[in-house]
Amino acid sequence: MVCHWALQSETSMAETSQCTGEGNQSYPVSQKPALLADRSSNQGVALVHICLTLLILLHLGVCPMPSVSHHCYFDSPVGSLLVLSSCCPPDVVVWPCSVEEVSALAKICYQHQLPIIPFGTGTGLEGGVGAVKGGVCFNLGKMDCILDLHQEDFDVTVEPGVTRKALNASLRDTGLWFPVDPGADASLCGMVATSASGTNAVRYGTMRENVLNLEVVLADGTVIHTAGRGRRPRKTSAGYNLTNLFVGSEGTLGLLTKATLRLSGIPEAVVSAVCSFPSVQAAVDSTVQLLQAGVPIARIEFLDDVMMDACRCYSSLPYVVAPTLFLEFHGSKSSLEEQVTVAEDITRGNAGSDFSWARDAETRERLWKARHDAWYAALALRPGCKAYSTDVCVPISNLPQVVVETKRDLMQNHLTGPIAGHVGDGNFHCLMVLDPNDADEVQRVHQFTERLARRALALDGTCTGEHGIGLGKKALLCEEVGPQTIKVMHSLKAAMDPANLMNPGKVL
Amino acid sequence: MAARVLVGVKRVIDYAVKVRVKPDNTGVVTDGVKHSMNPFCEIAVEEAVKLKEKQLVKEVVAVSCGPQQVQETIRTALAMGADRGIHVEVSGKDYDALGPLQVSKIMAALAKKEEANLIILGKQAIDDDCNQTGQMTAALLDWPQGTFASEVVLEGDKLKVVREVDGGLETVKLDMPAVVTADLRLNTPRYATLPNIMKAKKKKISVVKPGDLGVDVASRLEVLRVEEPPQRKAGVKVETVEDLVSKLKEGGRI
Repeated sequence: MVCHWALQSETSMAETSQCTGEGNQSYPVSQKPALLADRSSNQGVALVHICLTLLILLHLGVCPMPSVSHHCYFDSPVGSLLVLSSCCPPDVVVWPCSVEEVSALAKICYQHQLPIIPFGTGTGLEGGVGAVKGGVCFNLGKMDCILDLHQEDFDVTVEPGVTRKALNASLRDTGLWFPVDPGADASLCGMVATSASGTNAVRYGTMRENVLNLEVVLADGTVIHTAGRGRRPRKTSAGYNLTNLFVGSEGTLGLLTKATLRLSGIPEAVVSAVCSFPSVQAAVDSTVQLLQAGVPIARIEFLDDVMMDACRCYSSLPYVVAPTLFLEFHGSKSSLEEQVTVAEDITRGNAGSDFSWARDAETRERLWKARHDAWYAALALRPGCKAYSTDVCVPISNLPQVVVETKRDLMQNHLTGPIAGHVGDGNFHCLMVLDPNDADEVQRVHQFTERLARRALALDGTCTGEHGIGLGKKALLCEEVGPQTIKVMHSLKAAMDPANLMNPGKVL
Repeated sequence: MAARVLVGVKRVIDYAVKVRVKPDNTGVVTDGVKHSMNPFCEIAVEEAVKLKEKQLVKEVVAVSCGPQQVQETIRTALAMGADRGIHVEVSGKDYDALGPLQVSKIMAALAKKEEANLIILGKQAIDDDCNQTGQMTAALLDWPQGTFASEVVLEGDKLKVVREVDGGLETVKLDMPAVVTADLRLNTPRYATLPNIMKAKKKKISVVKPGDLGVDVASRLEVLRVEEPPQRKAGVKVETVEDLVSKLKEGGRI
């Protein structure tokens, strides 16, 4: 097998280095030589070393077939607003096939002080795979085995190349599934890294509640198991909770090479329903009341009228254009009837329409696919534009206020921002559609998202419910947790990655 | 009213697995490889169970031919709602050489033995893509057949089947007893849920040998060689539409 590697030639570097650094600056074309000098003089030498070392390792049979390439093999869909117009390619991409190779490659990067960028499916929404300081991208997609399924214990261990849909397809005959479902068919280890969540979180939890153990390669190549090798008890009080330290660490503390996940039973019976409301307030009030009534609802998704219109056009959804709730109930046939009765009572009390039912698998799939396609439906509203998703999350009781004020803000500032969200968790997304070449619009959207984040923070919430901090929300993180806590986060980072090689420029 | 439905389920390499040819080119690697029920057989089971839920049939019997492992596949059918299973034991060289002709002889014999009125099979298996078993079974039994079914409606003792054919959709009406083969759009198979998997453990799977049914499973076919398809060659990128058009002209394509 031929390993072809090359340093990026000066010309291709020049073409691709329209990169944004840590600040808001975008280096204009004329300054390219300076940028190359900054980044690549030491790195250039180091990269020659890395290639020679790889040659030697290959020869010694230590790292049998690392695939290495200088091509930019990822296409981060949006990244944060800062990188809307460009992606930051790494200098080298490697495709390790085992944790031993990951460790060996990390050791080389550590020796030469090269940034390490872990890469799963590249479907993150906050620029997490952008190599702002260049370096080596570890594309873990070739490690795609599903290991150690324990049906009676409801756990399974997966490698980073396994996506959530691939896992569920493989589990389909066992009666088990992994319920966390972000929009994209993301790598499960990537989902661990961003502490992802999805439409089912209101009942089944987010990644935080569903990871039992992790195998991690640290910046210097050391391999650890956060709960101990092979261990998978359902609960533990043994030592510091390192497993959850890495959940949401966005590749800044280590490379995740295995995740042991908690599975759930496939529900006996499932029914979905759609209910429209005369106002956003009524829809969100219904959500709050449903949860307070103790209905173990599996999915409760809110779409505002702009979003419903977009979905109607894009996915041909036959429903009314109005603030709408998509609901899904899981359980035994009898418990479903109970849940539905209570739910209908509550929604009717808030002037909700009659439920439109989706009982059979095909109709339900179409409904939820339309919800998961909200991103594309929003983009379709203004062809040629790009989209960016906000992600605030607040305590449920504060949700009506936040959503209503946000809609007012959108309308006052003439912004396209259809809203879709997991209102059951108090989390919603404004899918901002904007023309990246219209500097004024970009500015207005940027300011809107900051106002929105601060609005959520003022109401005891967070600036990111599930997408992560990435590149664009570092300042907001400081505001959110406060200076003392940020200091602790910095100390942890310094302890685990003193040279700041792990995905630099993200989170902190 | 149809009393009993026989559903054939085949254990095949899972559709998501990347299939590899054995180094000696005698077949594909099956050791240690994930196997599951043929997707078209899942659709067949789903259709049979739906008929039972509508109370149009009394019993759904899942049948599979092969070694011990095929019982897992029968259990999946039971978890989806089949009432009992029949495992026709075929192993070793006989199993390697088992093909549609032998299976259809077995299905025909079982249909008579179990007094079935309806046989539902998948239209083809994803490993051999033969698309023969349903048709052969109907011929052996001298029953009518509705193949590539995208819709099945039981009306009294007649079966209306909408078939997907090259020209579109063809609707046929069959007298029972009959054979139907399921195509992709017939239904969306249900997932086996844990409670149903537990219930399935208690359902009965009876074991028979082909000899007991009077069937000789010797094959008249010999596989000479199995090879991977040729590697895909690199394409050529062109810069403009004019280049594309001229390249197509050069290649004699337009």
